[in-house]
Amino acid sequence: MNSNVASGPHDPANQKAVYVFEAPVRLWHWLHTFSFLTLAVTGYLIADPLPSPIGIPSDHFLMGNIRLIHFIAAYVFAIGFAVRIYWALVGNRFSREIFYLPFWRADWWKDLFYELGFYLFLIRKQHKTLGHNPLAQTAMFFLNTLMTFFMIGTGFALYGQGLGEGSWADQGFGWIIPLLGGEQATRNWHDMGMWIMLVFVIIHIYMAVRADIIGRESSVSTMIGGWRLFKDDQP
Amino acid sequence: MGIQQTFYEAMREHGITRRSFLKFCSLTAAGLGLGPEFAGKIAYALETKPRTPVIWLHGLECTCCSESFIRSGHPLAADVILSMISLDYDDTLMAAAGYQAEEILEQTIAKYDGNFILACEGNPPLNEDGMYCIQGGKPYVEKLRRMASHCKAIIAWGSCASWGCVQAAKPNPTRATPIHKVITDKPVIKVPGCPPIAEVMTGVITYMLTFDRFPELDRQGRPKMFYSQRNHDKCYRRANFDAGQFVERFDDEGARKGYCLYKMGCKGPTTHNACSTVEWNGGLSWPVKSGHGCLGCSEDNFWDRGSFYSAVTDLNVVGQVESRADKIGAVLAGAAVVGVAAHAAASVISHTKDNNKGGDSHD
Repeated sequence: MNSNVASGPHDPANQKAVYVFEAPVRLWHWLHTFSFLTLAVTGYLIADPLPSPIGIPSDHFLMGNIRLIHFIAAYVFAIGFAVRIYWALVGNRFSREIFYLPFWRADWWKDLFYELGFYLFLIRKQHKTLGHNPLAQTAMFFLNTLMTFFMIGTGFALYGQGLGEGSWADQGFGWIIPLLGGEQATRNWHDMGMWIMLVFVIIHIYMAVRADIIGRESSVSTMIGGWRLFKDDQP
Repeated sequence: MGIQQTFYEAMREHGITRRSFLKFCSLTAAGLGLGPEFAGKIAYALETKPRTPVIWLHGLECTCCSESFIRSGHPLAADVILSMISLDYDDTLMAAAGYQAEEILEQTIAKYDGNFILACEGNPPLNEDGMYCIQGGKPYVEKLRRMASHCKAIIAWGSCASWGCVQAAKPNPTRATPIHKVITDKPVIKVPGCPPIAEVMTGVITYMLTFDRFPELDRQGRPKMFYSQRNHDKCYRRANFDAGQFVERFDDEGARKGYCLYKMGCKGPTTHNACSTVEWNGGLSWPVKSGHGCLGCSEDNFWDRGSFYSAVTDLNVVGQVESRADKIGAVLAGAAVVGVAAHAAASVISHTKDNNKGGDSHD
């Protein structure tokens, strides 16, 4: 735009882009997002159904359809996650970030507290991060990755109750039900899990948009195109 | 009564005709989900097998299991079973009392060591060395342990023996404990329900006597033939559930039309029992048929699982906090939104300040 741009922190020559999120990771991210939203809405309506339609029961299949959508979305959610786990094994190093916390590394802890300080406005200058910063990684690990495992486990355990004893879902996941204290308790925890993931979604979207607007690197577009752009050339 | 007598002989002795006996055999075969050819098999087994003695102990309980059992829908069943199983000891039903009654226990151990079935109704309290349930001057838990160490197998009748039920509800001051947590070295079959359905009880005991083994059990030790499905799965109001037609209040139009009681807190969708198929009192009715939701009485800890009148019940979150997932969740989500908004506002202020200072930390 004007000639002195090159001398400032915006010098295009110094801006770098890194390919962070590979196509399968991005695709999974959006599949995960939309299947989760579908599951959250239909799941809520299963726990607290809509007003009753009038007429004879054979004219309607409202609850049946809501449950059907829930189950289809659940398959997308679960199979998508399974493929995502596979991609963590074969993908680039950023594809593994959400599956573990490098708690054995001292610098990881240092960075974690640094980021905490930054988001509490105690530190003015943010670090540059290629993938997830330690704080983001921690939130992602507990509130998304582990919760996804939990929701798939409890979900299929409950699904197995409908499929019947000895069904694949019952054999694979049915053991979770007595562990949580019965089917009613499992339902309630499954419901709670949805809310925890929803809280994560709220914070996650805020953080992503915030980083995009006032952070030092691109964020929202990174999950669309895969490239992380840095807005300045400082360390 | 010697062990030589067969079930059939005992029944004839009690005045049951052969016709009635065969009817009972077919009914039981059907009730157990066996093919028609099994009626003959059951009859043959009952005609030729020596009776198995059963000791029926009562711990902390309300005797609703016994009440249910002796009111078996098929009037014959109870008679047949009672005579069949050579019920040597049941302090509620037997004529003997006091020392005479307690003697039977020792006699049974001497005569049928390792060869009798222990049917437990109710459970033992373990606090204060079991002093909350004293029988014959001794804690019940001691009697249970002694009999269990000599028995062949244990039937845990009802939710008390299976899970703990009401007396084990929080804070469980007597530490009432289900049988399988007290006796760990003998096979235990759980027949939960408060009470269990009479036909389920007679069915289980007939199966055990006929085939000399437990019926197939599910993961939690309940006979699959009666507990593998939820009441919801075979509920006659299931069509209303799938259609999305629910009773909203007990006196509304939906209630009159017999809509699904899920919104009124029916626990049918999470309760494993045979109520929706076998029904109660000889197929007369069952809770949902009478217009009230299922309480989930055959499920573990049903008493502490929150409201009977809400589909989503309380969660026992860490410590004493108990609330519904949707309530906790809405508060958490609300807090997240407020937190995000506050953080966003603070970010804008701090960012503007930095910019005004000519700060170079970020743009």
